[in-house]
Amino acid sequence: MSTLSIPATLHEDRGGPGQPLLTVRDLSKGFSVKGGLFGRGAGRVRAVDRVSFDVLKGETLGVVGESGCGKSTTARVLMGLLDGDAGEILFDGEGVGSRALPLRAYRRQVQMVFQDSYSSLNPRLTVEASIAFGPGVHGVPKREAIARARSLLARVGLEPARFADRYPHELSGGQRQRVNIARALALEPRLVILDEAVSALDKSVEAQVLNLLLDLKEEFGLTYVFISHDLNVVRFISDRVMVMYLGQVAEIGETEALFERPRHPYTAALLSSMPSLDPDARTMEAPLAGDPPSPIDPPPGCRFHTRCTFAEEVCSAREPALFEMSAKHRAACLMLPPGSGHSRAPATPEAAHV
Amino acid sequence: MSAALEGSPALPVPAAAPSQATGYWTSVWRRLRRDPVAMGAAIVLLLFVLAAILAPYIAPADPYRSSMLRRLRPIGTAGYPLGTDELGRDMLSRLIFGARYSLLMGITPVALAFGIGGTIGIVAGFAGGRVNTAMMRTIDIFYAFPSVLLAVALSGALGAGFGNALLSLTIVFIPPIARIAESVTTQVRSRDYVEAARASGAGALTLLRVHVLGNVLGPIFVYSTSLISVSMILASGLSFLGLGVRPPEPEWGLMLNTLRTAIYVQPWVAALPGLMIFIVSISFNLLSDGLRSAMDVKQ
Amino acid sequence: MSDALVEVRDLKVTFMGGARPVRAVDGVDLTLARGEVMALIGESGSGKSVTLRQLMRLNPERKTHVEGSIRVAGEDVMGLSSARLTHYRGAEAAMIFQEPLLALDPVYTVGAQITEAIRRHERVSKADARARALALFERVRIPSPERRLDAYPHEMSGGMRQRAMIALALACRPKLLLADEPTTALDATVQIQILLLLRELQRDLGLSIVFVTHDLGAAVEVADRIAVMYAGRIVEEGTARDLIRTPRHPYTIGLLKSRAHGALSKGSRLEAIPGSPPDLANLPPGCAFAPRCPLAADACRAAAPPALDVGPGHRARCIRTEDAAGLLMTQAA
Repeated sequence: MSTLSIPATLHEDRGGPGQPLLTVRDLSKGFSVKGGLFGRGAGRVRAVDRVSFDVLKGETLGVVGESGCGKSTTARVLMGLLDGDAGEILFDGEGVGSRALPLRAYRRQVQMVFQDSYSSLNPRLTVEASIAFGPGVHGVPKREAIARARSLLARVGLEPARFADRYPHELSGGQRQRVNIARALALEPRLVILDEAVSALDKSVEAQVLNLLLDLKEEFGLTYVFISHDLNVVRFISDRVMVMYLGQVAEIGETEALFERPRHPYTAALLSSMPSLDPDARTMEAPLAGDPPSPIDPPPGCRFHTRCTFAEEVCSAREPALFEMSAKHRAACLMLPPGSGHSRAPATPEAAHV
Repeated sequence: MSAALEGSPALPVPAAAPSQATGYWTSVWRRLRRDPVAMGAAIVLLLFVLAAILAPYIAPADPYRSSMLRRLRPIGTAGYPLGTDELGRDMLSRLIFGARYSLLMGITPVALAFGIGGTIGIVAGFAGGRVNTAMMRTIDIFYAFPSVLLAVALSGALGAGFGNALLSLTIVFIPPIARIAESVTTQVRSRDYVEAARASGAGALTLLRVHVLGNVLGPIFVYSTSLISVSMILASGLSFLGLGVRPPEPEWGLMLNTLRTAIYVQPWVAALPGLMIFIVSISFNLLSDGLRSAMDVKQ
Repeated sequence: MSDALVEVRDLKVTFMGGARPVRAVDGVDLTLARGEVMALIGESGSGKSVTLRQLMRLNPERKTHVEGSIRVAGEDVMGLSSARLTHYRGAEAAMIFQEPLLALDPVYTVGAQITEAIRRHERVSKADARARALALFERVRIPSPERRLDAYPHEMSGGMRQRAMIALALACRPKLLLADEPTTALDATVQIQILLLLRELQRDLGLSIVFVTHDLGAAVEVADRIAVMYAGRIVEEGTARDLIRTPRHPYTIGLLKSRAHGALSKGSRLEAIPGSPPDLANLPPGCAFAPRCPLAADACRAAAPPALDVGPGHRARCIRTEDAAGLLMTQAA
C-alpha cells in the first residue's frame, strides 16, 4: 500500500477530528409500489423517512433493525447507488455532490461490502482483476493497480501467489468475502459500509472476518458503518449503535449504554428477542407479537405503537421526535420527553434522566 | 495476524485449484473438449462446412446436369452412390452443394439477428426504465406472431428469393434474441458486483464493457446457436413453399419438396434431404447444449 | 431405548452426481425419544441438512448412495415401498423449511393446501378437513384464522407464512417434525416467537422434533439435546446443558469461544477457529477437524476418532477430550 497515486489531498482530513466524517440530515427515500392494474391502489414505501445521524471519525456505527426498517436503503443512498428524495449528506463538512466534493470524488472515499460474497464478485474476472478494477477506473496505471491488489490480498490473509489468478467460484465463502473487503479497500476509502457483510458466513469464519475488520480499521484508520441483524456481532464491533424501525431512527447511542439500558421499547424488545444461550434461562415469552408491519403506509404517530406494550392514545396521534437523554444517547419515544402526554413521561424536565 | 489463517498453505484447497492463470475461454474450451457429444456434433458440423466450401472439388458430378434416362435411380447405383432425383441429377452432388445453402440460411440470419437483437436487448436492459419499456414493447409486437407464420408472411410480402428469405428470417429472429438479451442484461445489471463497480465510480461505458458484456454475451450466444437449427428448418420450409431458393438450385428444403412426388418410387432417395436437415440441425442443437454447460463457470 | 421414535444407525450418504463421489454424511448415529427435541447444529457442508432430508428420503435417490439404517416408530424407512413412503411423509413425519414461500404452492390458498393434505391421507369430508385446518391455524396462533385460511402464501408476512407451513406440516398428525433452519430467514423478534411455538407444540402434542440450525442460540432455546456435526459426522452430542456448560470436543469449544458476546471488552479480538470448513471431496484421513484443531496430535491425523462417552448421555468423537476441557478454562481469562 506504499504506492499511492491517488492525490493525497483528496483523502485529507479537512474538518479535524471533532467534525463528524458523515453527517446525514433529514434523509428520505421512497419507492412507489405498483398496486393492481392501471396502478390503482398503488402505495408509496417510505423506506427511509427523515433520518438524521452522524458518523464520527474513526468510529464504528452499528445499524440494526428488522426487514423493512430501511437500513439497507440508507446504505445504498449513502453509497450514491440510490438518489435520496430529500435531505442532506455532508462528508467531512462538504456537501456530497457540491463543487467542493463531486460525487466521483466522494465515491472514492466511501466503499461498501455486500452480504452475498458470490454475487458481489464478477464471475468472469480473476480475484486480482476485481480488486484492481476500482483503482483502474480512477486512472491508476494497470501495473500499479495489480501490485496494489496483490498487496491487499496479502493483507486480508490470502496469499497472492495462490489466490490472485483464481476465479470467485474457486474460493470458499469466507475467502470471497476477504476479496470483497480487499476490493473495497483498493480505493483507500475513509468510510466503509458493511451491509450484513458477515451474515452469510459460517460462524467459525465469521469470527475470523470480524477480527480482520478490526485489524484493518486500526491499520488504515477507517470508519465503519456496520449493518447487521445479529445483535451480538453489532455489540462486539460497534462504538455506537443506531436502531431503526420502519424507516426511522428509534434510538441511537453508545453501544454499552444502549445494550445495558435501552430507552426505546423497541430496542428493549429487540434485545430480549436474542436467544439466551443459557439452557437454564430460556426465553419464556416472546417480547413482541406479530411481524414488523409493512413500510407501505406505515402507522400514524409513533410507528411502533401497533406492537408496543406501553402504547397509549397519544402514541397514535403524535409522532415522537428523537429526544436527547444525554449528549450521546437519544431515543424517539413519547415516554421520554416531559409533558408529552404519555402517562409514563416525566412531569418536569428535571425528571427526564430518571 | 489471526485473520491470515484461512489462506495458509496447510489447509485443504478447494477442488478447482489447478486452473491457475487460465482465461475464461480456455477453460470453456477445456470443458467442451471433454464432452463427447458436443465434440461429435462439432466434428459432424465441421465435415458439412468443409463439404460446403470444397463442393466444386469433391462433388462427383455437376449438380445441375439432368438426364431423362437416369431418373430416380436407387441408392448404390454405379456412378451415383446416392442415386438420382426426379430429373436424373446426381443426389450426392446436389446434397453437397445444398450444404452451402443450408448452412448459409442457418447461420446468416441468426448471426445478423444476434448482432441487431443482441444490441437492442443489451441497450434496453442496461438503460432500464422507460427506454427499456419503449424498446421491448416494440419488439413484443413482432414477438406476438408465431415464427413460422411471420417468416412466411414476410417472405410473401418481400417476394421469393434467397436474399429476401435471409432478410425475413433475420427479422424473425431479432425479437427472441432481443428478449433474451434484455432479460439477461437486466439480471446482470442488478448484481452486487455491478453495484460495487458503480460505487467505485466507474462510468456507464466501463461498466458495460467490463462487467456486463462479459457476463451476457455468453448466454445470448448460446441461445442464438440453438436458433440455427430453427433457421435452417424454416429456410427449408420457405423453399418448400416456393418462397425461398428457387429451382433448379440444390437447396435441401426445395429438394425435399420436388422429390415428394417420388416418395413411393424411391422412398430412401426422397428422404435424403430431410435426413441432412435433421443431422445438421440436431448437431447444432447438441453443440449449443454442450456450449451451455461448458460455459457454466460454477461447474 | 424402548421409547425411541427415531433410530439412525451408521448412516452414510454419498452423492454420486459430480466429478467424484462426495460423502456428505459419514456414519451418523442418532436416537430420538418420543417427545424429545434434538438440534443438529453445524456449518454449511457439515451434513446436517442431508441427514435431515434422508430421514424423509428426500435426497435424490438416483444420485445418492445410502448405507445404514433409519427406523422411525419401528418402521424401516429405507425399505418403505413408494405407497408406504407417501403415507410416511405427512402422517408419520413432516418437514418444515427455511423459506416457506418456496415450500408452499403459490397458486392455492393456504387453507386449500392444508385441506388437500388432510384429504390425501385420510377419508374425511371437505368441511371436516377445513374445520381441522382452522383448528390448526388457531393451534399455531395465527390471528383471525378464518380469514387467513383463504389467503395466498404471498399475501402473508414472513412469520405468518412460517406458522402456516407448520400448520400444514401438522395437518396429518405426524409424530415427528423435521425442521430445516425454520427461523434463519426471519427477523429477530419473529424468530423467538417461532422458537417458542415449536417448544409449545412439542409439549402439548408430544411431538418429537429434529431441528437443524447453524445458530447455537436458537438450538439452546428449543432443544433438549444437541448434536454438533462437522464434515458429515456427529462430533459431540449431549443435553443442551452439557454442551454449553461442559463441551468436550475442540470444535464445539471453538464455536462457543468464537462467539461475539456481551462480556467482551472493546477492541478485543474474537478467539476465532483458524482455517476454513473442510472440502468434503478432499477430506483428511483422520479426524476432519484436525487441520484446525489446537490439540491435534499425530494420532488424530492417522485415524478417525471413535465416539467416546464423556458423561451420561454425553459423547464426543475426540481422543483428547481431557485436554479439550482445559481449552475451555482459558475462556474465563
